[in-house]
Amino acid sequence: MLKMTHLAKVYRTEVVETYALRDLSLNVREGEFVAVTGPSGSGKTTFLNVAGLLETPTGGQYHLDGEDVSKLGDDARSRIRNEKIGFIFQAFNLIPDLNVFDNIDVPLRYRRMNGAERKKRIGEALERVGLSARARHYPAELSGGQQQRVAIARALAGTPRLLLADEPTGNLDTQMARGVMELLEGIHRDGATIVMVTHDPELAVRAQRNVHIIDGQVVDLTEEPRFHGVHAEARQASA
Amino acid sequence: MFRYYIWLALRSLRRNPMLTALMVAAIGLGIGASMTTLSLFRAMSGDPIPQKSAQLFTPLIDNWGPDQREKNGEPGQDMLTYTDAVALMNLHAARRQAAMYATGFAVMPTDPTQNPFQADARATGADFFAMFDVPFKYGTPWSAADDEARADVVVLGRKLNDKLFGGANSVGKTVNLDNHDYRVVGVLDDWSPQPRMYDVMDQTFGEVEALFLPFNTAIGRQMDIWGNNNCAGPTVVDPGFEGHMRSECTWVQFWAELNTAEQVQHYRTLLDGYAAEQQHNGRFHWAPLTRLYDVRKWFDVQHVVPDESRVMVVVSFGFLFVCLVNAVGLMLAKFMTRASEIGVRRAIGANRRAVFTQCLVETGVIGLAGGLVGLALTAVGLAGMRALLSKDMADLTHLDLIDVLVTVALAVLAAMLAGLYPTWRATQVQPAWQLKAN
Repeated sequence: MLKMTHLAKVYRTEVVETYALRDLSLNVREGEFVAVTGPSGSGKTTFLNVAGLLETPTGGQYHLDGEDVSKLGDDARSRIRNEKIGFIFQAFNLIPDLNVFDNIDVPLRYRRMNGAERKKRIGEALERVGLSARARHYPAELSGGQQQRVAIARALAGTPRLLLADEPTGNLDTQMARGVMELLEGIHRDGATIVMVTHDPELAVRAQRNVHIIDGQVVDLTEEPRFHGVHAEARQASA
Repeated sequence: MFRYYIWLALRSLRRNPMLTALMVAAIGLGIGASMTTLSLFRAMSGDPIPQKSAQLFTPLIDNWGPDQREKNGEPGQDMLTYTDAVALMNLHAARRQAAMYATGFAVMPTDPTQNPFQADARATGADFFAMFDVPFKYGTPWSAADDEARADVVVLGRKLNDKLFGGANSVGKTVNLDNHDYRVVGVLDDWSPQPRMYDVMDQTFGEVEALFLPFNTAIGRQMDIWGNNNCAGPTVVDPGFEGHMRSECTWVQFWAELNTAEQVQHYRTLLDGYAAEQQHNGRFHWAPLTRLYDVRKWFDVQHVVPDESRVMVVVSFGFLFVCLVNAVGLMLAKFMTRASEIGVRRAIGANRRAVFTQCLVETGVIGLAGGLVGLALTAVGLAGMRALLSKDMADLTHLDLIDVLVTVALAVLAAMLAGLYPTWRATQVQPAWQLKAN
């Protein structure tokens, strides 16, 4: 589904070059739920931006759903973001003056879907996240957990091939966070491919696979023996 | 998608009413000021007979000599002498031609309850009506034979016919003018060319005369000249009307209809030949100088549109520019405060073109609102003009459908032009940075 090979992302200024990602290789298979962890500044967000085609890599190759997307132009990247990728952000990123229905409608509009199809998909997505009764509410009228559910519904409505979640519970209290995680797990059980960036080991261990990014490079915890202990401790704490 | 963008634009404008009001006011003020002056300028500089303005010509002959010429060497005259007008008439070189001058009468109404009143008139040739496409409500113009025979016939303007005959068909009836009876041969329909092209020296933007009579009839009756009468230079004027007819004073307008370039060239040659003949005969002591102007060129030569009007238009469009610069700043502020929303839209599928279109439609909606405000301000501005200007000019200051459409279109176009830079900036929003900033 997602295959990065020797990927690099360098931010250049006149005086300094900063390697956010260096020689990063990762393969996420269809239907996997992968958690990406790492300390602050390790490159997690850059990884997610590149994975979500919000930024272009400066080196290496990136194949998404079998297509080389490393060097696509803005139009093509926008189309792939719209059709194949669903985003869930830490800050929800709902548009405040659109109600729940219209927020979920946004990506479908850009796909030029007809009104009936859009309405059907929005209804199904809201039902999936348990917010059918809140369709006409505005984001400010919802709790944080509910807003994140709307964001998830917006991501699901387009039936993406890949869900990218950036600290999806970072702005939520424990109870709401649990609810959102259970929702993501349910979505995964239904067959979705999810890549979730988190700094929380307890959440990370609930994923199928846990990869760690340090200094812009990936270490796969399920394959790297020196991380097995850490992984086991986190899983135990979570249980 | 266009309807979706309109819907988004309306929501966006409602989100920050103060900023929206400022933008709409900036555009509305600029549009109101520029359209007020432009409406007046357009009315003053309009072509009153576009279908023929390139085929109607007025000739000038320099009968005063170099001392009386303009600084640029052009003839100082605006009209012809009676002598030259009659000579040109006798050339019969145009498809249609008419000499004319402004005069007037004391009208004695047939209704004894009405008091006598003065009415202005135009003494002109029979071709005048066909040449200027004058519409008739009743009857026809008089004939060339009537003109030759100095017949006592008149064509009434619609208003005078309304006043004297209650608007009924008065053809065949008589009107008493200066104690002479004249037979009505025709009644004009509504006709109000602006500018009044056949005589821009008197009441350039005024109404047409109340009635018309044959040129030779007026000459025969030695009817007073009510229009311009210029006796510049070493002109000697013998006493009486006949003295005036023989003088070098210019007081006769002359128009000729020339339909092809060959006819125009031929007419110029004849005109030059006539002036050369006058020099040869000892009347002119200078090389012949003649001119032949079509309607548009004649308006330019006569400065029908005052230079002040052009300056006012330039100044008001300068004001519009300043207003638009303000609008650019306000739009920039508006779009930049929405960088996070634009970032989200980009992340979930909007390409740059979609963001550009959305923002541009929003500027168009702002422009439309500004146009409506500008339209109201234009109406107020023109009402103010009416209070300040002379009646002739004031009558021009009205908004027609074209003005309304031009105002709104100009506002939308101006707003979209002003919005181009802010819109372009909006498309440069980096979604990754905006999402991180949140």
